[in-house]
Amino acid sequence: MTAPLEANKVTMRFGGLKALSEFTLVMQPGELVGLIGPNGAGKTTAFNAITGVYVPTEGEVKVGGVRVNDEKPHQICTRGVARTFQNIRLFKQLTALDNVRIACHAGAKSGFVDSLFLTAHHRSEEARILARAEEYLEVMGLSHRRYEVAKNLPYGEQRRLEIARALATGPKVLCLDEPAAGMNASEKTDLMRLVRSIRDKFGLAILIIEHDMRVVMGISERLLVLDHGITIAEGKPEAVRKNPKVIEAYLGDAYLEEKHMAVPPQEASK
Amino acid sequence: MARALAVLRSFLPFLIGLPILYGLQLFLGSWSPAMALIAVTMGVNVVLAVSLNVVNGFTGQFSLGHAGFMAVGAYTAAKITIALNGLVLPGLGYALTQQAVFAIALAAGMLTAAIAGFLVGMPSLRLRGDYLAIVTLGFGEIIRSIIENMKFLGQATGLSGLPARTNVMWAGISAIATIVMARRLAVSTQGRALFAIREDEIAAEAMGVDTTGYKVRAFVISAAYAGLAGALISHAISLATPRMFTFIRSIEVVVMVVLGGLGSITGSIVAACTLTVALEALRQFQAYRMVVYALLLIILMLTRPQGLFGTRELWDLPLFRKLARRPPELTGPEGASPTEVRDDSTSAGGAA
Amino acid sequence: MTEFLQHFVNGLSVGTIYALIALGYTMVYGVLKLINFAHGDVYMVGAFSGYYLAQVLGVRSPYEPNPPSGLETFVNASLVTMGAMIICALLGFAIERFAYRPLRQRPRLTSLITAIGISFLLEYGFQLAPVIRRPIQFPPGPSPRFFPTLLERVPYEFLGVNTSNYDLIGLGVAFALMLGLQWIVYRTRFGTAMRAVSFDPPVAGLMGIPVNRIISGTFMLGSGLAAAAGIINAVSRPKIDPLFGLIPGLKAFVAAVLGGIGSVPGAMVGGLVLGSAEEFVAGYTDSSYRDAIAFTVLILVLLVRPTGIFGRVTAEKV
Repeated sequence: MTAPLEANKVTMRFGGLKALSEFTLVMQPGELVGLIGPNGAGKTTAFNAITGVYVPTEGEVKVGGVRVNDEKPHQICTRGVARTFQNIRLFKQLTALDNVRIACHAGAKSGFVDSLFLTAHHRSEEARILARAEEYLEVMGLSHRRYEVAKNLPYGEQRRLEIARALATGPKVLCLDEPAAGMNASEKTDLMRLVRSIRDKFGLAILIIEHDMRVVMGISERLLVLDHGITIAEGKPEAVRKNPKVIEAYLGDAYLEEKHMAVPPQEASK
Repeated sequence: MARALAVLRSFLPFLIGLPILYGLQLFLGSWSPAMALIAVTMGVNVVLAVSLNVVNGFTGQFSLGHAGFMAVGAYTAAKITIALNGLVLPGLGYALTQQAVFAIALAAGMLTAAIAGFLVGMPSLRLRGDYLAIVTLGFGEIIRSIIENMKFLGQATGLSGLPARTNVMWAGISAIATIVMARRLAVSTQGRALFAIREDEIAAEAMGVDTTGYKVRAFVISAAYAGLAGALISHAISLATPRMFTFIRSIEVVVMVVLGGLGSITGSIVAACTLTVALEALRQFQAYRMVVYALLLIILMLTRPQGLFGTRELWDLPLFRKLARRPPELTGPEGASPTEVRDDSTSAGGAA
Repeated sequence: MTEFLQHFVNGLSVGTIYALIALGYTMVYGVLKLINFAHGDVYMVGAFSGYYLAQVLGVRSPYEPNPPSGLETFVNASLVTMGAMIICALLGFAIERFAYRPLRQRPRLTSLITAIGISFLLEYGFQLAPVIRRPIQFPPGPSPRFFPTLLERVPYEFLGVNTSNYDLIGLGVAFALMLGLQWIVYRTRFGTAMRAVSFDPPVAGLMGIPVNRIISGTFMLGSGLAAAAGIINAVSRPKIDPLFGLIPGLKAFVAAVLGGIGSVPGAMVGGLVLGSAEEFVAGYTDSSYRDAIAFTVLILVLLVRPTGIFGRVTAEKV
């Protein structure tokens, strides 16, 4: 079966800055992958390269086996890759319901003419979209907030709404950019449980960027660790967390030395 | 049968409007032709304001070139009505034929204006904010200078002696058509996509909305109705000259939309009517008109940038909702208008 | 060849006017990310300020029977120019302080509309019938006025090119001003602060820069330059009216965009390039297309390279 999402040696250069180096990731259907790394490691850059916000300087991105390097974000979305944003990007003045309904649009076939003349097709599409939107709100536990204007929602619900919205595009791969940022420990656990249940219920592959190691350890089947744009480790969570390079990236040499885990210079460049 | 009913339902506003307008026309026509002209102007201004609102208010794009599309529509319609002025179709008689000719002229005006909207919109709508404003202004002026230099279009003196076909009914029907268009757009999938673009273009794009495609389409629709307005007004005063369609005219429409509230159809209607009346009342102070306009804009932006209605609509009031038995989610967006809320975008323009 | 040189010289002359005005656009855009629609009208106010100042000072024409001495001419010209620059600097300060500053937290659309309002206010306000009549008639009303002759015109010719002391003095003053501005922007603390604010206003504020004062200063600088442009232009082309700032303002804006809006050297280069382009096209083809050149350049730039010659491409962080 073709991988729903494939990134092959994707490199992003901005002027002289190499933000992402040879980023490679092949996602299997239904897989839960975590993308971690310290601040500025290039995680969101990777997301942006995958979803078409940036055009990869080098390398290739394939969605469902099709090369999408030059496609615009909305085209990539229609192909089945949805995302959320690190700094929440909801449609602030619109209701929760409308936020989700807009995402349902991805693939809607009725056009301007239908809407202007109130054709039967238009009405059935509207009903279908409404029903779908309600369903996704339900899944994320936001049905009671459907008429609430997005900017008035509490922070945690806003994050969930963003996920509901991304889900509504009917993706095969869901990319979540720090979905638990700003939440407390128990909220994070709840969210991660929710993410796993979404994966189970909808059969999606999910790629999560997370800062909080503990959170992402708990639910990832596989981890990729970035530092300064380079993938420094990849594999199962237990192995990755013990990887000295990973520890060094997050905590620095001093910690490693203290724990007698410092990697001698010759070995570090392997 | 169900389909026939559905089609009928979609034309309901016109069916109701026609007799009312006919009555109004008879009344005004016999009472005072001057008042009839004011009513016509009011209708035209409603068409202009509501159509511009689709681009500036719904989609959050700042277009300053509306007058250019008015001109395209006006001249196209004028050429047709002048050419077919003497036409009499067998069995219809002169009056009815000419009404049909006028209808065709209006439609043609809308079509050419729409094409112009497409040609201008395609390259321009990749640009952001201030840049789009300048480019649309530029295109509006380019259209005007092209017209000014074409002998075929009467150059600077323009076309005169146009058959005066616009009356209260035509203006009223056009206004209703524009309002209906905007309203149906606002509650539809496409309309929601436009609002999404206004709220956060990047997020909209990420959610599968072809932002450029939608922006262009909104632009084209808006341009078509501007063309209609242009055709109507020139056939009300029997004249089509380049000076009628300068960017000052565009700014006047922008004032109406901003005054009413960017994104509020009700606001545009109210503002258009109010300003038309106010203009008439201030006719003797013609010289001060633009100064008053300017002060109005400045004070409005400083004190109440969301205009009279923000993005709210009259028909969203609970009273009207109950009457129509409409649940709250089938309305347009609520909340603040684009001029009220803090805008976080920092890019300096250019293509996304 | 002579024709080429002639157009080139004329182009420089026109171009420096555009450049001086463009500098105001670009500096204001740099610190506020706002297109000051009213800037072209500040240029107009500058010309009229000079006109009124000359009246108040009782400047005598060099062609009259009792012409003023060289010293008197110099003093008058300087007073008129500097006075106009000061008046416009104050105007710029007032506009920013009362119309733009309150809207700084609002979306740019709001400020843009306000800018349009100010522009109209100036244009149509000046067209109103005079309210005060002594010592000057203000507002001037819609009929054009004629800027008084400050000094005698001396034509020069070299290599077959016709020019005059007007052109040379104008060029000299313009270049001196531009050099002065370069010095301010790149060699003074004010200039550094200005550039910091144009990069990142809140952070600049956090670094202790008095952002409001810098912005005011920027406006005042830009407006002063526009006034100087107005005077220089009025010396060669004395007919002035309340609407005459519109087209030069628009063209100067195009020049700023061409050079890269936000870039000071860009505005200067853009102005000169646009002025030359205008002269060459008008000279070698039909001069009725003169104004269309600017619009065409604008659309080409915005479609092909919106950031202009010196502009930085800024991507929005997602």
